[in-house]
Amino acid sequence: MAVQEASLRDKYGQTLVELGRENPDIVVLDSDLSKSTMTTYFAREFPQRFFDCGIAEQNMVTIAAGLAASGKIPFASTFAVFVPGRCFDQVRMSIAYPHLNVKLVATHGGISVGEDGASHHAIEDLSLALSLPGFTVVVPADAFETAQAVQTAASTQGPFYIRLCRPKLPSVYSADYRFMVGSAATVKPGNDVTVIATGLMVGPALEAATALQAEGIGCRVISMSTLKPLDEQAIIKAAVETGAIVTAEEHLAHGGLGSLVAQVVVGNHPVPVEFVSIKDTFAQSGTATQLLEKYGLTARDIERAVCSVLVRKR
Amino acid sequence: MAISEERLKTGITPSETRPLTVTEMEAIARRLRRHIVSMIAKAASGHPGGSLSAVEILTALYFNVMRHNPREPGWSERDRFVLSKGHAAPALYSVLAECGYFPLEELSTLRQLDSRLQGHTDRKVTPGVEMSAGALGQGLSFSLGAALAARLGLQKYHVYVLLGDGECDEGQVWEAAMAAAHFKADNLTAIIDRNEIQLDGWTRDIMNLEPFADKWRAFGWNVIETDGHDITQLLQAFEKTRNVKAQPSAIIAHTVKGKGVSFMENNPDFHGKAPNKGELDRALKELE
Repeated sequence: MAVQEASLRDKYGQTLVELGRENPDIVVLDSDLSKSTMTTYFAREFPQRFFDCGIAEQNMVTIAAGLAASGKIPFASTFAVFVPGRCFDQVRMSIAYPHLNVKLVATHGGISVGEDGASHHAIEDLSLALSLPGFTVVVPADAFETAQAVQTAASTQGPFYIRLCRPKLPSVYSADYRFMVGSAATVKPGNDVTVIATGLMVGPALEAATALQAEGIGCRVISMSTLKPLDEQAIIKAAVETGAIVTAEEHLAHGGLGSLVAQVVVGNHPVPVEFVSIKDTFAQSGTATQLLEKYGLTARDIERAVCSVLVRKR
Repeated sequence: MAISEERLKTGITPSETRPLTVTEMEAIARRLRRHIVSMIAKAASGHPGGSLSAVEILTALYFNVMRHNPREPGWSERDRFVLSKGHAAPALYSVLAECGYFPLEELSTLRQLDSRLQGHTDRKVTPGVEMSAGALGQGLSFSLGAALAARLGLQKYHVYVLLGDGECDEGQVWEAAMAAAHFKADNLTAIIDRNEIQLDGWTRDIMNLEPFADKWRAFGWNVIETDGHDITQLLQAFEKTRNVKAQPSAIIAHTVKGKGVSFMENNPDFHGKAPNKGELDRALKELE
């Protein structure tokens, strides 16, 4: 079956333009990466409302805070390795603490950035963003969801961190899917085990579930696109109904989806959990496919984790 | 000196009501100093040195230069004052209370549990506070954002931001300085409280800033140097920033850290140390 792939970044750029046409308070900031984050579309149509801050991320996110404090709705973009990492204190002090209406949309999350190497691989950004009180943290799983998440961020008061990946992704949702903050989506039913995946890993999770189905294993797949606030009920329900959970994320094992799920499971309905994630290491240069394979983030890795967790479930 | 009911209703806007005279403002400045040392002594912690050095700057802004309304802190057309050197919060709280943003009695709750007067500013809880500060170096960027918002909304307000000179060690200050000139933010004025002392000692010894004015000029700013304790000179400096086009302004206000209290003046020890009971009594006597 031919799966149509689409760029999340491109969809982000297009959505910003649509939002800009509807709402004059939408403003966009970038730090010299507009042609990669695709904020360039907005810059072209609304040059007065676009601020290229040069290669100065700390300044960019704090200017965004000042704009928000005077009623604008700023979207600030760069690579995920630079925000929140490069400017973490500014995000903490100028955006999170005063709870200002700033939308940080970071592209090039994870190791699927590829050839640029470890300096450009955001593998801890979710942990940083999740640590900030009051932040909403979203990792869309396809372009369709990206558009909806960006629209929702624009119309929802408060700070957002939205992480997008560099590669194009296949669509994982049906046409009637509606993104809601804090609401997980069951993209495949099943009652033997649950894979909870986020972002780019939802596709491989579905692939793994389909392969397991052939072996008679009913694998539920949940797309956890909002990591904060977390849909705890969906996790508890999965623990109760399927008795075993695998998490899958393009992020370090510490402080991301796996940590969140483990806390909810342990605190509510303990069942075995396995974690598909980047172990305690930096990656390296290579193609996205090579890196995802080398660092254990493929459908095959998810299948293996499902088998391990099912052994523990017995 | 209390603000009249009429002034509170109309907002303290020099264009609409009589601006205070220099003598009146000097009296307010003395009151602010008394508030500052008293509230810090009560809290038994805080930063008297850099609060006292900023008193005339704040007095001139809030009682003469800025258009603002203590009855409506969120008035969208208000001139903004952003305290970037967040440790001078006692100075800001004092002037806000004198303006009527909240009761003067509340000043004695500084740094106490559940007080609206946090150790460093929190814009969520204190009426009139524009920015949550305390991590140095961010206020100029924040103010530039507020200034750009005015331009986008075709609003006339001006943004004033107070930085410490030690704060200018932070690289972000210069990112913002570059950007403000690039974006031609002529509705932005930075005042640098040039008291020449930071926590560890004299700025020239810790991290030399000179040639300081030249640095701002080189970054594209309209620079004015003034005595930061002379209200007449400060008013003239603010006046000079008003008609500058396509360029942000920096007022380098030469001040004395701990100004007004002899044993705190030019004494790095009082950057972040509260006066004890005996010291408070001496300070209040000097400030009578």
